[in-house]
Amino acid sequence: MIAYILRRLLYAIPILIGVNVITFVLFFVVNTPDDMARMQLGQKRVNEQAVASWKREHGYDRPLLVNAAAPGLGKITDTIFFEKSLKLFRFDFGQSDSGRDIGYDIGQRMWPSLAIAVPVLLVGLLINISFALLIVFFRATYIDVGAVVLCVVLMSISGLFYIIGGQYLVGKLLRLVPISGYDTGLAAAKFLVLPVFIGVVSGIGASVRLYRALFLEEVNKDYVRTARAKGLGEGAVMFGHVLRNALIPILTGIVVVLPLLFMGSLLTESFFGIPGLGSYTIDAIDMQDFAIVRVMVFLGSVLYILGLVLTDISYTLVDPRVRLA
Amino acid sequence: MPVPVLLATDALFFTLFALLLAFAALARRRDHLRAPWQAVARSRIAVAAAVVLASYALVGLLDSVHFHPRLEPAGPHGGATHSTEVLSLFDVLVGGLRTQKEKTYSAPLATHLYAKEAIEGPAGADRGYPRLRYGGAHLADPEHDRADDLVLRIAQGIALAALIWSAMLAVAAGRRGRRAGSPALRSAVELLQGRSPYPTRVLFLSLAVVLVLCCVTARLAAGYHVLGTDKVGQDVLYQALKSIRTGLVIGTLTTLVMLPAAVLLGVMAGYFRGWIDDLIQYLYTTLNSIPGVLLIAAAILMMQVYIANHEEAFASVAERADLRLLFLCAILGVTSWTSLCRLLRGEVLKLRELDYVQAAQAFGVRHFTVLRRHVLPNVVHIVLITVVLDFSGLVLAEAVLSYVNIGVDPTTESWGNMINGARLELAREPAVWWSLSAALGFMFVLVLAANLFADVVRDALDPRLRTTR
Repeated sequence: MIAYILRRLLYAIPILIGVNVITFVLFFVVNTPDDMARMQLGQKRVNEQAVASWKREHGYDRPLLVNAAAPGLGKITDTIFFEKSLKLFRFDFGQSDSGRDIGYDIGQRMWPSLAIAVPVLLVGLLINISFALLIVFFRATYIDVGAVVLCVVLMSISGLFYIIGGQYLVGKLLRLVPISGYDTGLAAAKFLVLPVFIGVVSGIGASVRLYRALFLEEVNKDYVRTARAKGLGEGAVMFGHVLRNALIPILTGIVVVLPLLFMGSLLTESFFGIPGLGSYTIDAIDMQDFAIVRVMVFLGSVLYILGLVLTDISYTLVDPRVRLA
Repeated sequence: MPVPVLLATDALFFTLFALLLAFAALARRRDHLRAPWQAVARSRIAVAAAVVLASYALVGLLDSVHFHPRLEPAGPHGGATHSTEVLSLFDVLVGGLRTQKEKTYSAPLATHLYAKEAIEGPAGADRGYPRLRYGGAHLADPEHDRADDLVLRIAQGIALAALIWSAMLAVAAGRRGRRAGSPALRSAVELLQGRSPYPTRVLFLSLAVVLVLCCVTARLAAGYHVLGTDKVGQDVLYQALKSIRTGLVIGTLTTLVMLPAAVLLGVMAGYFRGWIDDLIQYLYTTLNSIPGVLLIAAAILMMQVYIANHEEAFASVAERADLRLLFLCAILGVTSWTSLCRLLRGEVLKLRELDYVQAAQAFGVRHFTVLRRHVLPNVVHIVLITVVLDFSGLVLAEAVLSYVNIGVDPTTESWGNMINGARLELAREPAVWWSLSAALGFMFVLVLAANLFADVVRDALDPRLRTTR
């Protein structure tokens, strides 16, 4: 088992190198640091001196790949590629373009993101599975048809509507909870209720439809017929057999997104003013802070690949038929 | 003569349309290609959705014919000069909607401005709601006459719709009657009763609904701002209609742009296996592992830097906005082609072991010919399913991306930009709801129709992928 996990982790390395090269090309080759400096300084008061000093301040004044001027090993290490891209592997994120320590900011902002993402995932899972089971219980009736149509309608509504509508209805008209903001500790709860609720509601349509399809597939299998034939009630069949077997694809499907929960949700966090990683990314995009965006791209890829590895491992854990190949 | 302008997205949009027509012409002649689409046409849901989609597509196509309008000759011997502004055929058709700007917000069908202002009256300056410049300007006494005028216009709209609808029914019944050798009137009744293999009753019902909506809106729009005006007084209905083209372009061109790469790489990976397979798998796993939104954000940021540093490379604002739209399609394509590539690879892995492919290989048929003749035709359904399934997701994605400022150019009309511009309007007192609702409503109808249509197409083309029973 350990050898298998190790091998899977080793597979991830070339992919991470690929991601690293892509971000490097995107951020430093497509547009040179000079272009970036001009953009940051504004087009008007730009001169060679200002560009050079901006580059020196932010450490972009080195050559891209090979520094012929530096002595010895410095030929390779004293370059933008080494300083800005390779150091990401050590999770050494460096400074943002506005001079803040990115690693520290990420460590701070990760918790509010998790405080929203984890409840949304858990509550959503519970609700979606219950609804899907209920629909499957009423399969091939008008309730089933109506519920599927409702799911498609819910799926077709823009996520922006759920957020804007929810804020207007619950926050402004009913005045139940504050519209946006955040607090430390337990006081944060009242700020979290609405975003979590909206996050769950906006996911219902697609998930219930998917889970219903998974359950329906199980319902028609032989072992379910056997269970009925030996006289089990519908409840026992549903919870004891159908749910248990359909949970395998559902849970393994969720494992892949688990690490990405850290990244938070761009929309929810920016709408509700929650200081998580999602709003961190949005702010960076708005301010055109390339250093932060570059780090977030790398971090997102690492977490996604981690999710893939975890998925493989979880398959082997829950389904003994999958061999460790 | 106006000078025609062919923007990059226009060209691709028309190419796509031509491809569709060519495929339809091909499918008419081949039984096995026609069968699944006949199954789609027999579905009531698909027919109703198709009517909605077709009306959206019509607006989108009209809005893709661009030109520089001609200006009045400057002097007696000066030739015709052309404006630098780029208009579309659609702009010409809707006439005043584009130019009739109010001062600021006004509610749907309103005759007065949303905000109080000082009005110069005979009795001196007074604070009140001033009359709109265009909305209901033909009414002498708005409070009194507006309701009657609205009813009259709605009635005219319905009458117009009824006229067009009957004309369509008459043409359809005439053709059907000639083929069956029965009187046209009886054919019309049969069509309305749905006594045909195809759901003609649903077809004409949904046509009626769409026609009534269009005609009534058109009649009302001639005298009012049907969906109100936004902050700078621009007609909201006009913006929502113009956004249709952006939505359609994103939804269709994205898949079109990524299609060649995805099909080529996916088929090659599955067919050749070995190191080619490894390489292609590595490529798409790497691209796929970068979260989509972040990759788009990074690419759009770089695009912005490039545009800011190369402003002289673009002839007009419209051209720049158009290139950015195309670039957005391309980058959305990069983030979404991997799933199609993986699907194709899996399918081709299965196909290459089948007897007829093995036989062709044993006969020494060249790889390229085997791929073209035996493999590609058998994966077309997967491509088609992906194209229709992806559409609605992409339309929704556009709104979110534009909202985060990494979507289309701020000067392009799109539902995302409308929502972005209106993000604080609900907090006003009284709430300004019409801009948001118009954008969300137009988007909802398109996405819902696309989702319903896609489900039917998927079931018809590949029964194995069926999720509903």
